[in-house]
Amino acid sequence: MNRYFKTIRLFWSTAFASQLEYQLNFLIELLAMFGTLLGSIFILSLFFTGGRQLGDWTWESALVIQGVYTFLDGLTNALLRPNLTEIVNYVREGTLDYVLLKPIDSQFWLSVKKFSFAGLPEIILGLSIVFWSSIQTVSSFSIYSLSVFIISLLIGFVILYSVWFLIAASSIWFVKTWNATEVLRALLAAGRYPISAYPVILRFIFTLVLPVAFLTTFPAEAILGELKFNILFLGLILSSLFFIFSRLFWEFALKHYTSASS
Amino acid sequence: MIVVDQLSKYYRVANKQPGFKGTLKHFFDRKTYDVPAVTDISFKISPGEVVGFLGANGAGKTTLLKMMCGLIHPSTGLVDVGGFSPQRRQTAFLKEITLVMGQKQQLIWDLPPMDSLYVNAAVYGLSDHEAKVRINELAEMLELGEELTRPVRKLSLGQRMKSEILASLLHKPSVLFLDEPTLGLDVNAQARVRSFLSEYNKRTGATILLTSHYMADITALCPRVICIHKGKLFYDGDLDSLANSLSPSREVKVELKKPCASEQFEKYGEIQDLNDRFVCLLVSRDKLTAVVSNLLTDFDIIDLEISDPPIDQLIGELFIKGEVN
Repeated sequence: MNRYFKTIRLFWSTAFASQLEYQLNFLIELLAMFGTLLGSIFILSLFFTGGRQLGDWTWESALVIQGVYTFLDGLTNALLRPNLTEIVNYVREGTLDYVLLKPIDSQFWLSVKKFSFAGLPEIILGLSIVFWSSIQTVSSFSIYSLSVFIISLLIGFVILYSVWFLIAASSIWFVKTWNATEVLRALLAAGRYPISAYPVILRFIFTLVLPVAFLTTFPAEAILGELKFNILFLGLILSSLFFIFSRLFWEFALKHYTSASS
Repeated sequence: MIVVDQLSKYYRVANKQPGFKGTLKHFFDRKTYDVPAVTDISFKISPGEVVGFLGANGAGKTTLLKMMCGLIHPSTGLVDVGGFSPQRRQTAFLKEITLVMGQKQQLIWDLPPMDSLYVNAAVYGLSDHEAKVRINELAEMLELGEELTRPVRKLSLGQRMKSEILASLLHKPSVLFLDEPTLGLDVNAQARVRSFLSEYNKRTGATILLTSHYMADITALCPRVICIHKGKLFYDGDLDSLANSLSPSREVKVELKKPCASEQFEKYGEIQDLNDRFVCLLVSRDKLTAVVSNLLTDFDIIDLEISDPPIDQLIGELFIKGEVN
């Protein structure tokens, strides 16, 4: 276990060093990051000027969902996108060979090799929005609601990660799957709004088929102290199933790996 | 140490016809079929051996190598490397082997090799101290110094390859799989990689399996060669007897004082080349002495040279003919 922590530390410090290697590019990336931030804040401000009811959510609680979305989007930009879109290149160029011959879990390597620091501000902003807007409604947090919130965030992240990893792993057969990952980002974007704002049929699909509800709505409900225990339980089972399936699928995929020719 | 028994691998491929129609057909109705890459190959390799794999492009060398290190699952047959089944890729097995590919790199492009080396050390569970000792030792053998702290993208191909080799040997593997490790290097860099590998083999007793297109790599390093042609094994043995069995004749090059007609040489041996005053004959080994003494008495000769035909030429002919005499 210690070895895995040390490896992550070195992965991320080298990732940071690689990003700093090109000074100008790093500056531009910082600027772009602030641009994205301003954009998110602008969209959020539109919520205040509205006045319509969204599903059965008030503006403050809908804002919590925006916060969770921003947080997950930051995590996506920091961790999921840099790593999982790279799998395609590993397969196409055949450098996956090197990963597979390391005495370390290959799924672990492919999932945490890189860390983009440009995602950090969004993560911080997202969490700040969550706490600021939920305090307007609930006035204080109990240890219980905080821990349920953390667990449900984890559930959301694991589901998003597993689905994304599944698609990326299928590049072993199809080699190019960039379009599929765009679909995923759209899916995450669907989670910007409370699940009850959608028609019934979509609500059903977003909960059980494509579990968008678990990404944003349920964590938001958790911090507001409204999440039902059976939903949390369902989330735990669903996310474990997704994660286990992603691992089994990866092992299955590797049996079909033919390696790029020399 | 390494046992390969009746190993075969088939690839499923699809062909695409040219043009838009072909593209549509390829997209909607893809016809696939199995192509054998390796068929029914068996051999054994003892610890500490250095074995060269020879074969034309697409002969199946790389597929064979990748089945032995566990990257490709065999279709049928068995591979055993040091008691492990490679395709299971157990940690204990992975710590014993390494793969170097001349045309692919594992070092992080934007950072100095040293950063990648410490990442590798952590992955293999080496402590910082162990890693440092090991890096120094290998760097000295490979004649690498401050190159290790310069970004990889600024290194020459030779320096980069040596750093790649260092990164692959950090964990003291006992079996080395090298796929074209000298590809694209200049003659000096090739020689340095070669002498490093030979020294590494002597010092550590590691088993080395090597494919290369440069015959010089094979002749310098591998007492034993395994030839593969169209996925089948057709020679396994030492390099010298391969040369003998490929060519029972020797080359006799003669420089004459004045030009002579080709008919005059026909009785001595097979004429390879005749150019003004220079003649090159292929003479079978048993007649060699007689032919040379006859040539010296029959002609006015300035210079005479006897040699084996170049091995790469022989191998090339071998792949065209497809069998050993």
